[in-house]
Amino acid sequence: MTGDSTLGIVMLCHADLDRAAQLARHWALHDCPVVIHVDARTPQDQADGLSAALADLPDIRFSRRSPCEWGTFGIVQATLDAATLMLAEFPAVSHVMLASGSCLPIRPVHALKAHLAAHPHTDFIESVTTADVGWTVGGLNEERFTLRFPFAWKRQRRLFDGYVALQRALRFRRRLPPGLVPHLGSQWWCLTRPTLQAVLSYPDRPAIDRYFRRVWIPDESYFQSLVRQVSNRIESRSLTLSKFDYQGRPHVFYDDHLHLLRQADAFLARKIWPRADLLYRTFLGPDGDRALAPEPNPGKINRLFAKAVERRLKGRPGLYMQSRFPTRAHGSTRSAAPYGVFSGFAELFDDFQPWLARALDARVHGHLFDFDRVQFAGGESVFKGGLSDSPTLRDYNPRSFLTNLIWNTRGETQCFQFGPADEQAIAPFLASDPNATIFAITGAFAIPLWRSGRSAAEVRAEAARLQKVESEFIAQLNGPEARASIRIWSLAEFVENPAEPLEQLVDALNPRAAHRVSDLPSLIPLQGFGAFLQDLRNQGMAPVLMGDFPADAELAQPHQSLPRPRIVR
Amino acid sequence: MGLRTLIRLRTHRRYLLARAWRRGRQLRSVADRTAGLPAQPILLFSTMRNERIRLPYFLTYYRRLGIDHFLIVDNGSDDGTREYLADQPDVSLWSTTHSYRQSRFGMDWLMHLLRRHGHGRWCLTVDVDEFLVYPFCETRPLRALTDWLDSAETPSFSAMMLDMYPKGAMHEQPYREGQNPFEIAQYFDSGNYVISRNPLYRNLWIQGGPRARLFFTDRPKHAPAMNKTPLVKWHRSYAYVSSTHMLLPRALNLTYDDQGGERPSGVLLHAKFLDTFAARAAEELARGQHYAESQEYRAYREGIARERDLWCNWSEKYVNWRQLEVLGLMSKGNWA
Repeated sequence: MTGDSTLGIVMLCHADLDRAAQLARHWALHDCPVVIHVDARTPQDQADGLSAALADLPDIRFSRRSPCEWGTFGIVQATLDAATLMLAEFPAVSHVMLASGSCLPIRPVHALKAHLAAHPHTDFIESVTTADVGWTVGGLNEERFTLRFPFAWKRQRRLFDGYVALQRALRFRRRLPPGLVPHLGSQWWCLTRPTLQAVLSYPDRPAIDRYFRRVWIPDESYFQSLVRQVSNRIESRSLTLSKFDYQGRPHVFYDDHLHLLRQADAFLARKIWPRADLLYRTFLGPDGDRALAPEPNPGKINRLFAKAVERRLKGRPGLYMQSRFPTRAHGSTRSAAPYGVFSGFAELFDDFQPWLARALDARVHGHLFDFDRVQFAGGESVFKGGLSDSPTLRDYNPRSFLTNLIWNTRGETQCFQFGPADEQAIAPFLASDPNATIFAITGAFAIPLWRSGRSAAEVRAEAARLQKVESEFIAQLNGPEARASIRIWSLAEFVENPAEPLEQLVDALNPRAAHRVSDLPSLIPLQGFGAFLQDLRNQGMAPVLMGDFPADAELAQPHQSLPRPRIVR
Repeated sequence: MGLRTLIRLRTHRRYLLARAWRRGRQLRSVADRTAGLPAQPILLFSTMRNERIRLPYFLTYYRRLGIDHFLIVDNGSDDGTREYLADQPDVSLWSTTHSYRQSRFGMDWLMHLLRRHGHGRWCLTVDVDEFLVYPFCETRPLRALTDWLDSAETPSFSAMMLDMYPKGAMHEQPYREGQNPFEIAQYFDSGNYVISRNPLYRNLWIQGGPRARLFFTDRPKHAPAMNKTPLVKWHRSYAYVSSTHMLLPRALNLTYDDQGGERPSGVLLHAKFLDTFAARAAEELARGQHYAESQEYRAYREGIARERDLWCNWSEKYVNWRQLEVLGLMSKGNWA
């Protein structure tokens, strides 16, 4: 023990005192005096057990027990008492480290001592002005210092919230002690003896303490603010690795975090699960002193916990499962990945599906919402994830069916045909899903009717029904709820120049296409279709969705001279 | 919604509790070892009948996860189940020969035991063919999860049921005592679960999997519910409403996030579809003791006669919990 580089440990404990005893012993055996504070709410027999377990070690003291309710001044009081005792009892102590009963040293104690010896006058304490912290919970930041907090957040939540609201309404503001600039930071610090001495004997301490008794979570601001008054060499970082989740609860380390802790650049870590035997054995064992990973990589731990918080707050968009089921306002009308919906194309081009699969490098299904059968690509009866081709199963919950399909095929673009002859229950979802890209040729439903060879009189009712259904679909696409990318052509508009829209849709769904499409699907010859529409009109129906389709067959087929139109670039 | 609903739910909960108390008198204690339990034990509750062959693996599996004590109701077994359980040092056993069906499929008996022994403790209520998988279950015992749930002040944890099945007909690979059933039933359906929210109880109603895919194509509404909340920090005023599918008070059913985030959840691997199943279906049909006049079993018997193989081209082979997490069947949430 060298006189000027002794490290003293102030340890705050409240539960799992067997682990606390193990830690205290570890520190003491490495020549670090320990002052232990046991929460006054911990049963007396447990506290007695702890002192009995450590009775053989000379350099361990117990400070006066005060209750340490989370967020209250009790924790600061406990720290102050224990620190006072430390300085009084161990004159050789040059640095004091504040730790808890679940802070595990993850680097050898001699490494920590060497670090402190190399920075003999530096105070390691995270201390940030209220304006600069981004991590406080509950929106209370500066207000921690300007409002009063007499109620316990955990036990008296309603009173707590009500009193905050009341003070805000009354525009109540506390006056800060003169000269004090509020700073926030991690509770776990390591201060030099002179600094700690200066804090403990700060001239206005009674007034300061009175003020902080009504500050919220003073353990994150008391020392952090006062140190700014008395120290001029502050390194604003904690030597203790401590991560908080979005609700301000500390993340817990388990045995399976061992490899991560080895890469940490801190000297201690909290919170360690009390039953993480492997961690305690490894870091407190005789070979716990061995070197850690040569290259510290603290980013890994940060990423792990940042991802956990993101998963909890944002989740995986488009996933609907037992513990993620968003309401409409939070993304219930969203699928997992972009997909294409084609209305009227398969009616107009005989080989549209194989062409699309080639052009987009995507999975192209038939009419997924067909009345008789789910037309999966390749005519499969079961598709990825175990989706059945049974229309009753699909129609039982069409939205789950579609979101499942898109989720199951992440990484592969899905396309399917959709038309007025299909089950329409999914239509509102399609229109409101920002991942849907919908291409519709209105009026194309009449082509199969025309090609069926039946007379206009026979198909009139069917045509009118389909037209009504399709009008409703188009109205939804144009409605205020629509979030999909939507492109609509009338049949007449489309056949005038089919190449351009086809190019557009390839660009929209596969912008990084490795190869450009050179061929186009072959358009069904439409000679006579105009006359068919005229027949429908003559039967009393008003076919409007096809657009201005001339009755004259010649005019209706501008590209008839090109059997397979080519895109000219 | 409103006061009237709240009163209705409260009345229903009271009724269930009263029922459990009444049916609890049907139980006869065979071996009660609950006196010497450690502080804050994690308890497992189950009711069973003629499951002798499954027991060794079941007990081993849950002992390894960290169950401190098993509280089991034996419903008139005659295959040695009772004797086997009575000999286990960490099992407390009750027996009854009364009707399983009239006891709400065993739930009245279990609720009676939950009320007496589960108050203030973490309680896992599962069937003998349900195996809990939760995030990090390979490296962290159940206690790590319950400690975490305690710190998050979360009293319930959901684990949807996942039907596991073999490739080929069920009778082709007979189950041996002590064997991991998922060596045989290795496959599951990964993405055909449909979800809706129950506005009254606020739970999610999940259906799907191979049973829905094969046996309920023409009446999907009757397909079995897969949502379960088996792990609860019990309070004597709690009640399971329908199997472990939903609870009262209904706040316990809010095991999901509706703001877009994910809460932690697990999966109950369901080892029902083994060679023992076909015989069982016939027997249960004769006894008529199962859910909804055994229509589930009837559907299976007909379905199985028609199509014995549950496996399909898109069946997923089980690897571990991480696979289930990637597939979106369960989530780590913010537990890291």
